[in-house]
Amino acid sequence: MTTRLVEGSEAFAHAMVGAGCRFFAGYPMTPFTEVLEHMASALPPVGGVCMNAESELEAVGMVWGAAAAGARAATGSTGQGLSLMQESIAEAALAGIGFVVLNMARGQGDYFQATRGGGHGDYRTPVLAPSGPAEVGELIADAFDLADRWRNPVLVVGDYYMAHTWVDVDGAEEMLEPRPAPAWTLDGSSGGTGGAKLVSPLGTTKQRDGVGYDLAAHYEHADQQRRNMAEGIAPRAETTDTDDAEVVLVAYGTMARYAESVVSLLRAEGRAVGLVRPITLWPFPEAAVAAAAEGSRIVAVYENNAGQMIDDVKLSVLGAVPVIGLNGYRTDSSAFGISPDVSVEQLTASVRDLLETS
Amino acid sequence: MTERRRPDELAILPSDEVPTDATRVADFTPDLIDVGEHHLCPGCGEPIAIRAVVDAIALLGLADKSVAVFGIGCSTAFSNNLDVEVLQALHGRAPSVATGVARVRPGLAVFTIQGDGDMANEGLQEVLHAAARGENIVCIMLNNGVFGETGGHLTVTTTIGQRTKNTIEGRNAAEHGHPMRIAEMLAQIDGVGYVARGAVNDAGNVARTKRMMVDAFTAQQQGLGLSFVEVLTMCPTGWFVPTDEAPDYLAETIAGTHGVGVLRSALESDSPG
Repeated sequence: MTTRLVEGSEAFAHAMVGAGCRFFAGYPMTPFTEVLEHMASALPPVGGVCMNAESELEAVGMVWGAAAAGARAATGSTGQGLSLMQESIAEAALAGIGFVVLNMARGQGDYFQATRGGGHGDYRTPVLAPSGPAEVGELIADAFDLADRWRNPVLVVGDYYMAHTWVDVDGAEEMLEPRPAPAWTLDGSSGGTGGAKLVSPLGTTKQRDGVGYDLAAHYEHADQQRRNMAEGIAPRAETTDTDDAEVVLVAYGTMARYAESVVSLLRAEGRAVGLVRPITLWPFPEAAVAAAAEGSRIVAVYENNAGQMIDDVKLSVLGAVPVIGLNGYRTDSSAFGISPDVSVEQLTASVRDLLETS
Repeated sequence: MTERRRPDELAILPSDEVPTDATRVADFTPDLIDVGEHHLCPGCGEPIAIRAVVDAIALLGLADKSVAVFGIGCSTAFSNNLDVEVLQALHGRAPSVATGVARVRPGLAVFTIQGDGDMANEGLQEVLHAAARGENIVCIMLNNGVFGETGGHLTVTTTIGQRTKNTIEGRNAAEHGHPMRIAEMLAQIDGVGYVARGAVNDAGNVARTKRMMVDAFTAQQQGLGLSFVEVLTMCPTGWFVPTDEAPDYLAETIAGTHGVGVLRSALESDSPG
C-alpha cells in the first residue's frame, strides 16, 4: 500500500475527486480555503470544473445547476458562508437536487445549523461527521451516494483541525469514474418531444397536465420523501468501551479524537469510561447512545460549543441517566475553534471528577 | 401622455373569460408552448416576450438542445408551460444556476428568464459576474419596472415619476433614488457578446425583439460570450393604467429612460431591421 502525507484539506479534495465529483464551486474562507485551492488544481486534469464563485450565493447556485445537469457536484464554506447558502440548500431539498456541501467549521458552533437546517421550510439534510482526515475518503463517497440516492443536499462537517492537520492517506484507493447522469437530470434532449423535463422546487407537474403547479401535492410528496429518507438512512456511530462504562462520553469530529485518547488513558488505569462517537449527526444515532447510556451513571457530552449536540443526546437517553455538557471553553483569539481549553489533560481531569463525584 | 388614474378611480375591467358562444377559429400557440392559456393579467407583455424567445429557439433548431432557467416572478407562470427543458432557480439566482448547467453541458443553449425585480434587485451581481466571466449563456430580463407578482412595487428600474404601490405619488430621485439602466451596465462589460433592449408594446417592437432573440442565441451558439436581452413589457396592473393604454404608457414613460436598441454585438452581421 502506498501512503501519502497530505494536508487534511487535500484529503477532502482527493476524496471528492475520487468519488466522481466533477464540479466544485467555492468562495475562500478560513478554514475552507485550502479545500477550494486543492479542488482548483485537482479537477481540470480529470475534465472537471472548479468555479471561483464570486460569492457563496453564487457558489451554491452554480452547484444547483451542475447537479441538475447530471454532474456529481459539491460546494462548501465555513458556517458563516453556509448561512448565506441556506436558502438554496433548503429549496434544493424541495427540488430534489442532490449535491454535497462541506462545512469546514470553526469549532462546533454550527451543529444546529447543520442538523436542524439553517434555512426555511420543512426539510432535512443528512449530515456526516468524520473524526479526521483518515475517515474522510469513506464518508465523502457515502455523502455523494446519499445525495444521489435521496436527491437531497448532504452535509459533511469538518473543522479547522481537520483542514490543517497533515496526515497519511492511502494514495492507492480506487478513483471512481463519474457515474452516468441520472435519468431525471437535464441535457436538453427532451425538448420538443411534447414531454420536456422540468426540475423545480415548485413541483414537476406541467400546465399541459391540466393542473399547473400543484403545490399541495408537491409538498406532500416532498414530505413523504423526507420521511423515507429519515427511515432509509441507517444512523451510524462508533462505540468504544461502553459495555461496563460508568461515565459515557459522547463526542463527534475532532473532539471525539480527544475523547478517544482520554478513554484509553483512563482505561489503562482501570477506570470504567466509554465513548460514543456519532458519525451521522442526522439521522442521529439515538439507539447507540441509549444503549451506551444504559447501566452507566452519567453521560457527558464533549463538544466545542456552548451545548448543542447535548439536546440530541438527551432526546436519545430520555432521562434514563443524567446528561451533562463538558464545554464552556474560553474562545481562542482567532475564533477558529482551536480553544486552548480543548486538551486531553483538561478532559481527563473533568472525567476524573465525574468518576469520583457523580 | 397617458392620463394616470388612482387605483380607486379605475373602471372595473371586463372579464377576460372567453364568451360561451365564442368559436375558436385559429390557434397561434407556438409548438414550444404547451398551453396557450395563462394566468397572467390581461394586457401583460410577458407572454409576448416568452413567445419571442421560443420562436427564436424554434427558428434556430435548438428545441432539443436548450435548457431554460427561470427565476421567480410573474414569468414563472411559463416555467411549467414550455416544451423545452426547464430548471427553476430561486429569486435572483438564475445566472449562477445557468452557469452550472452550461459548464457541465457546454454544447447546450442555456438561457435565463428573469424579471427586473429578480435580476436587477435581488441578484444584480449574478448577471454582472456571469457577464464578466464570459459565460456562454443567454440572459433575458423582462423589464416592466415593478415587482408585478407582489402587485406593483418599486424596483431598481422604476422610472422617475412612475407610480408604484410604495411610491404612490411617483418615484422621485430625492426620496427613492434613480433608475438603473441594466442593458447599458452590461454593454460595457468585457465578456459579453450581444446586448440589446427590445419592447413588446407594438408590432414593430415585437418584430425587432424577435430579431434580437435570434441574434442573442446566434451569438451564444457562436461562443461569443454572454448574450443579454432586456425586454420592456407592459404591466397595466402594476402601473395602474387601463389595459389598452399600457402600450402607450410604455412608449411614453418607460422607454424614455430605458431606450430600445442594440447596444453591443460581436456578431459579424445582425439580423436585418
